[in-house]
Amino acid sequence: MKIVVCIKQVPDAKNVRIDPNTHTLVRQGVESIINPFDLFAVEAALRLKDRHGAHVTAITMGPPQAEEALRDVLSRGVDDAVLLSDRAFAGADTWATATALAAAVRKMGDVSLIFCGKQAIDGDTAQVGPELATILDIPYATFVKELNLDGPDHLKVVRRTDEGTEVWRLPLPALVTVLREVGDPRVPSLKHKMRAKKATLPVWGIQDVGLDQDRVGLSGSYTQVVKVFSPPRRADRVMLQGPVEDQVEQLYRYLKEAKVPGL
Amino acid sequence: MKALIDPQKCTVCGVCEDVCPVGAISVGETAATVSDECTLCGMCVDTCEFGAISLPQVGTGPKDDLSAYRGVWVFAEWRRGTIHRVSYELLSAARKLADKKGVPCAAVLLGSDLDAAAPSLLEYGADTVYVIDHPNLADFTDEAYANSLVALVREKRPEILLAGATTMGRSFIPRVAALLQTGLTADCTDLDISEEGLLLQTRPAFGGNVMATIVCPNSRPQMATVRPRVMRPEKDARNGRIEKVTLPEEVFQTRVEVLQVIPEEDVTAKLSEAEVIISGGRGLQKAENFHLVEELAQLLKGAVGASRSAVEEGWAPPSHQVGQTGQTVAPTLYMAVGISGAIQHIVGMQGSKVIVAVNKDPEAPIFDVASCGVVADLFEFVPAFIQRLKREG
Repeated sequence: MKIVVCIKQVPDAKNVRIDPNTHTLVRQGVESIINPFDLFAVEAALRLKDRHGAHVTAITMGPPQAEEALRDVLSRGVDDAVLLSDRAFAGADTWATATALAAAVRKMGDVSLIFCGKQAIDGDTAQVGPELATILDIPYATFVKELNLDGPDHLKVVRRTDEGTEVWRLPLPALVTVLREVGDPRVPSLKHKMRAKKATLPVWGIQDVGLDQDRVGLSGSYTQVVKVFSPPRRADRVMLQGPVEDQVEQLYRYLKEAKVPGL
Repeated sequence: MKALIDPQKCTVCGVCEDVCPVGAISVGETAATVSDECTLCGMCVDTCEFGAISLPQVGTGPKDDLSAYRGVWVFAEWRRGTIHRVSYELLSAARKLADKKGVPCAAVLLGSDLDAAAPSLLEYGADTVYVIDHPNLADFTDEAYANSLVALVREKRPEILLAGATTMGRSFIPRVAALLQTGLTADCTDLDISEEGLLLQTRPAFGGNVMATIVCPNSRPQMATVRPRVMRPEKDARNGRIEKVTLPEEVFQTRVEVLQVIPEEDVTAKLSEAEVIISGGRGLQKAENFHLVEELAQLLKGAVGASRSAVEEGWAPPSHQVGQTGQTVAPTLYMAVGISGAIQHIVGMQGSKVIVAVNKDPEAPIFDVASCGVVADLFEFVPAFIQRLKREG
């Protein structure tokens, strides 16, 4: 069984924040991390491999340095990895990203299962997974917390919704987006680290996946960012000091005035 | 493609260099330059007070006649007999957008056996309520919901389509956008109409550290999911009508089998729906002390949340985790007890209306996002506050 895991390298959230005094964005270093949800996706794929045997390929779309992210997951036991990288991919919205990933998955051929994290922590859209499945015309399940094969060509998943949980059965090939409950990411092993270090990672550009320039990146996107700004600060902060009895009374009144339900 | 710098306007102040999350900007002698590392994220654009930075434009012009699309639509979320509150919130927002554009406003209700549910949508500003009533829509599946909604959109051609950024909306709406081949903006917190008549979709990015305004210039409908509890539902009854829609049977088919639907009985676990959340963190010191948080939640009829450290210590199950790898919540009241406020936690709760933080360290970063900060030993403060709440009955 061929499994693909989609991962994304994202700026570490700690590096992108607003200076409380100047109210401007500040960046401390340019460290990147693997989107935490994607590590759960990797773990889910590896657990399925441990149980049933599978070939797990990681894929990421990004600049050349996204290669680090791929080597990281190779060191955790992923079998091989592909870097989708081309200047033409820059500025892609979720649709253009899903279009590029779909072309890459098609090129791989015969993929039974695709894993994605629930969402990426930089964009927080949660859209690429469902859009990718739709372009590939395969069924999908989002917000999955448990999964297992159900017979040779079906997948049974437990999803978490706003109201509780749901159990679904999907025919393969299928795509799932996962939550942290699928299991904590394993640590890199020495053996896999050595392999990851030596591995040659194929880099696919737009020609390799058979896409035209106008279908990818900003040119292939439907949405455009027109403005980026710092969120307004909370101007209304109250700090309660002093004896505990006073603080209790003040907070009680504060919540009453704020019309907090339940009071 | 990369961000464009106007050398005439650039004053080499260096602000953009500090802001760029990928280190793609370097400031030379006469103007800033952008390297191929640029991901076109747009963070530099607004920080340049001289207006020297811009982004190249999307796409290659409209793909079909955009003027054929008219009206603002809301997907009304039906959950086994009741319409979710977010539908009324969105309908009120949609009504304002429609009035601004001078076009009609409609709700689309999908589900099974909907006769009783549909009329309430007319009370919140809808001119028309389209009802897609089919037994296969009794259980939610992405395929049947998306395919039937797409069929109706293709027929009626609204220019704007909004849905709640709930687990349902965020799951199937991307499929709708992909099938219609149009843009979609996730989890918006503000909507407006631009001078050119485009939908301005504003949403938090980078975990809420920045806000981005996004447009969809060349394709229709312009689609957005909108965060629940941000817009205010306002009654606005019209002489609207309910229109039952008949669609071809194949749009209700799905490859997915729904085997079981298990509603969460325990309200303390329903974080995303809760109006009040009381969360505990490492400051509670041990598992036994977590009952302080639970008791407070019970008194305020709220749900129990936890920081990542509290979950890792085993004081609360992972489903209660608020923050980057847990849930993002935006209740009316979020109370953080003994949580220092690591950025991973803050990004998951800073959208809450009222944030109360209890921490003995006045320098704790949680106070930066708090609307009310209580600098106190939680083991003194929380029991006293519990007594105060009990006294009120």
